[in-house]
Amino acid sequence: MKSGSNLEKILTAGHFAFTGELGPPRGSNIEAIRKKAAPLKGMVDAVNITDNQTAVVRMSSWAASLFAISEGLEPNYQMVCRDRNRLAMQGDILGAYAHGIRNMLCLSGDHQQFGDHPQSKGVFDIDSTQLINMVKTMRDEGTFLNGQEIDEPPKMFIGAAANPFAEPFEWRVYRLAKKVQAGADFVQTQCVFNMEKMREWVKRANDMGLTDKVYILAGVTPMKSLGMARYMKAKVPGMDVPDYIIDRLKGVDKKNQADEGIKIACEQIDEFKEMKGVAGVHLMAIEWEQKVPEIAERAGVLPRPQV
Amino acid sequence: MIVAERKPFDEIKELIQGYKKVLVVGCGTCVAVCLTGGEKEVGVLSAELKLVNKTASDPASFGEATVQRQCDFEFLDELKDIVGEYDALLSMACGAGIQFLAERYPEIPVLPAVDTVFIGVNKDVGWYEERCKACGSCALGMTGGICPVTMCAKSLFNGPCGGTNQESCEINKDQPCAWRMIYERLAKQGRLDNIIKICPPNDWRNQKPQTLIQPGYEERKTAVE
Ligand code: SF4
Ligand code: SF4
Repeated sequence: MKSGSNLEKILTAGHFAFTGELGPPRGSNIEAIRKKAAPLKGMVDAVNITDNQTAVVRMSSWAASLFAISEGLEPNYQMVCRDRNRLAMQGDILGAYAHGIRNMLCLSGDHQQFGDHPQSKGVFDIDSTQLINMVKTMRDEGTFLNGQEIDEPPKMFIGAAANPFAEPFEWRVYRLAKKVQAGADFVQTQCVFNMEKMREWVKRANDMGLTDKVYILAGVTPMKSLGMARYMKAKVPGMDVPDYIIDRLKGVDKKNQADEGIKIACEQIDEFKEMKGVAGVHLMAIEWEQKVPEIAERAGVLPRPQV
Repeated sequence: MIVAERKPFDEIKELIQGYKKVLVVGCGTCVAVCLTGGEKEVGVLSAELKLVNKTASDPASFGEATVQRQCDFEFLDELKDIVGEYDALLSMACGAGIQFLAERYPEIPVLPAVDTVFIGVNKDVGWYEERCKACGSCALGMTGGICPVTMCAKSLFNGPCGGTNQESCEINKDQPCAWRMIYERLAKQGRLDNIIKICPPNDWRNQKPQTLIQPGYEERKTAVE
């Protein structure tokens, strides 16, 4: 075991992993975390704790990760390159590990221009691939980025993100290969709506032997409404929402759109369970945490295995 | 070249408030090329300043001078006989030029009339674009001549990120994704090997004031001594 996290155990035992997401509050409101955490308990193997998601200030991801632990959830601690330099990152990783955090997701982060402090200076000292490699070096070599020894190295299960859809599509699988080479143990993809492209990307990853080296968790987001689908198609960077998703939601009564969205998500999860090279699903039920038990139930991923 | 942009007129007025005799100092190099701080722009700014001062109860007066390069003492020396007549110098050079002017005449207040914005290129007359952030460890050899620090909004060395919006960067539809361009250029040149390897963290040499001393300088100095 590299980290001994629950997520690592689930994946190495060959179970189909199921992870969730929890965005920390825009304040110090612990109750808000508890409220979001409650429906996830027992439903997911680990829960991503986002880091100033969409460049909007929120409670720090390591602090919210600790609350997740005390609520009985295993956090997948997210860290973006936008807000801290290599010193702050390594310091936070040490602290996070000392407090019992065992999974990390290494990201570039959305650009600050669209957040709530657009005048801020983006740090971007190192990029996500370099961050992955830094966390791996800390774990496997027991040294900091500068080669100096760490007194009790942090042992993280290292996650990376991948966008299988963005241009240049041809390059995306090579970028995955770079992240694997850098040290990613698992990958969570951008929300998948375009299944054709996803199949093609996974096939290429299989052909390159990448899926033997890294666990791929497919990102699934249930659409709450037609409006949300349209918004994601038009406004969210890197999102690929094909017209047939829009049409399917359009085809049902407004009050049934949420249910149709969940139905689409469950169909995707069913396909992912059978897809060679996919080791699990990362469910991003955005501000819809209370629906996770229902989705998990309908997707047939319960009960979660105890490992 | 270094590109600068004239400050809003009200800000300039605010900066020079209280000074009675102001010399507007232009620079004949980069800021002249980008049409911000050359001789012509010095004329325009001082004309505007004179105009608003006409109606003031206690008007200030303005002089004009443009040197070849404000980032060079040799040219700044040309001003030595006239600066004494003024109680402030309003420089239209880049930030480096303004500082060198202030360093050459430390007894006189020196104020900026421009905001220095970037190191860039002349796309057309009146159209300039940034190309380099002077990071101090040039990566252009790896990236097919496209700067990952400047042209990628997240300064990624192993891009592209997940936000790429078709052809564009996630920050703006009109800004091409640098890493898509890097990929395409290297693919055309058969050099994708360059970016298949992981690029290690950059050495940010621009985090403290830099000095460059060429070997020739040392030799010359030793010869003189
Ligand atoms: S890599 Fe550094 S030195 Fe080279 S063009 Fe970019 S910012 Fe300038
Ligand atoms: S979209 Fe392209 S240019 Fe923009 S931040 Fe991402 S990689 Fe950089």
